[in-house]
Amino acid sequence: MSIAVARPEPRRSWLERIDLSQGRNLLGFLFLLPAAVFLLVFLTYPLGLGMWLAFTDTRIGREGVFVGLENFELLWEDSVFWLSVFNTLLYTFVASVLKFALGLWLALILNKHLPFKAFFRAIVLLPWVVPTVLSAIAFWWIYDAQFSIISWALIRMGLIDTPINFLGDATNARASVIAANVWRGVPFVAISLLAGLQTIPPSLHEAATLDGATPWQRFRYITLPMLTPIIAVVMTFSVLFTFTDFQLIYVLTRGGPLNATHLMATLSFQRAIPGGQLGEGAAIAVAMIPFLLAAILFSYFGLQRRRWQQGGTD
Amino acid sequence: MTLATSRKEPVANVEVGDEGGMGYLERLPRQIVTVYLPLAVFVFVLLFPFYWMAITAVKPNHQLTDYSNYSPFWVVEPTLDHIKYLLFETSYPGWLWNTIVISVASTFVSLVTSVFAAYAIERLRFTGSKYVGLAIFLAYLVPPSILFIPLALMVFKFGIYDTKLALIFTYPTFLVPFCTWLLMGYFRSIPYELEECALIDGASRWQILTKVLLPLSVPGLISAGIFAFTLSWNEFIYALTFIASSENKTVPVGVLTELVRSDVYEWGALMAGALIGSLPVVILYSFFVEHYVSSMTGAVKE
Repeated sequence: MSIAVARPEPRRSWLERIDLSQGRNLLGFLFLLPAAVFLLVFLTYPLGLGMWLAFTDTRIGREGVFVGLENFELLWEDSVFWLSVFNTLLYTFVASVLKFALGLWLALILNKHLPFKAFFRAIVLLPWVVPTVLSAIAFWWIYDAQFSIISWALIRMGLIDTPINFLGDATNARASVIAANVWRGVPFVAISLLAGLQTIPPSLHEAATLDGATPWQRFRYITLPMLTPIIAVVMTFSVLFTFTDFQLIYVLTRGGPLNATHLMATLSFQRAIPGGQLGEGAAIAVAMIPFLLAAILFSYFGLQRRRWQQGGTD
Repeated sequence: MTLATSRKEPVANVEVGDEGGMGYLERLPRQIVTVYLPLAVFVFVLLFPFYWMAITAVKPNHQLTDYSNYSPFWVVEPTLDHIKYLLFETSYPGWLWNTIVISVASTFVSLVTSVFAAYAIERLRFTGSKYVGLAIFLAYLVPPSILFIPLALMVFKFGIYDTKLALIFTYPTFLVPFCTWLLMGYFRSIPYELEECALIDGASRWQILTKVLLPLSVPGLISAGIFAFTLSWNEFIYALTFIASSENKTVPVGVLTELVRSDVYEWGALMAGALIGSLPVVILYSFFVEHYVSSMTGAVKE
């Protein structure tokens, strides 16, 4: 009813505005305003503030002053920082490769004709849906030094004699956190790649089979090239979130043993919040940015270049 | 889950008969080795932590660490003690309530702002809207692990440290870009002609948005809402940094910081806490699994 009453006037004004691009701009500006204000205040400004903090000696409860590159010079000589850089790169690289390989495998399996396919697809995504911290707590219990179920099963099978010290030994701890990260990341990669697989026309595979192509050749020359664009996007996201991971490490090891699993994000948190050195923590966070940009550019362009090499469109 | 299974068919049948490819050419024994066996291993590994979580949550304490007398994979006399302890002797119900309030509020705020932003970028096509769209996407790539230190300082200065407001204001930093991006994709799939018809019939932009576009984008709105809710439910680093007092904590932070006492791990209660904290998102997910999957893959495909 209210429309009928209000109609004559807004119609004229709206028709006028639609013809004039200023009107469209004004309306666009108004519609965009809430989101823009929000993101400028809570995202762009903190990003700048973080960079500024990296050049100050701010502590919790004390305003800092500009100290130039002092924080970065300290970090340059800090072996723990370099260890965390190494850990982060190792963690990101190994976890991403495993997630990609296992995710692709799982996607290929789910793409086959299976009974209860929708059910499997729903089940498989569960690790990705459940809060990371809560599943990490389950892993913490699974990785328990004394009562680990994995150790128990392996001892019963006669493969080992003593329980594995999952989180107490540097190498084991690294492998354990990577395994937990892969566990959580595989579903996302698998389901995304599955969506990509389903867009590949089956006629291509049929034609190739008639021409005598082996399953490996069909995978290598049909599936993989057709899937490359989606792999690029999925892996960019995967690398990004693995590189900046915080929750899993914080729950499982808090960076230990002997900083062997400290990632840049957890080190930044440790120095800034419990340690109180906001400036130094911000400097570590800022130091992540070049790595992040490089990782994004590498996985995005590195994979995307193939797209035009194959002569594909888009 | 059964609901999801039965609902899924129309979507799956978009490419009828494609999915198996030429699976009919493969013999059953071969299929068992190449498909069913790996699938069984995948499903077992992916689900085992949940089983372990659930079985630990109902195990009496004396069975928890006594592997010689009781099989660890089963429970002899299931008990609700851990759950009772959690619900009546800890602040767990309070954390659950905080998480619900914070997730609902930040989801609502993000959804409303995102609808307007996505409509402006995708349909009003104002000067420079393409760049704004790109900026929104880049904003989603900014990780919370870089933002939490400056945000902590800001939250403190605004005087909302240790309140729910601190999280309700900061969660949209990752929710708004995500929802806007998702909704932009959804709006793009709705024919522009519908809006043109409405314009010719004299509808205002506001009427087009509320009476034409929004009713058509209900599935997109549901997906964005579920995703935003899940993301805020799962958020950890902001909640850990901006909240100090026990009664204001969210479930993930509360379980980790309050239930873990110095050296005695109460695994039963911890697992019960993790299980109950996961249930809301799992239930939500099982009802809307198709929306979830399709929007996740849709967002990636954009």
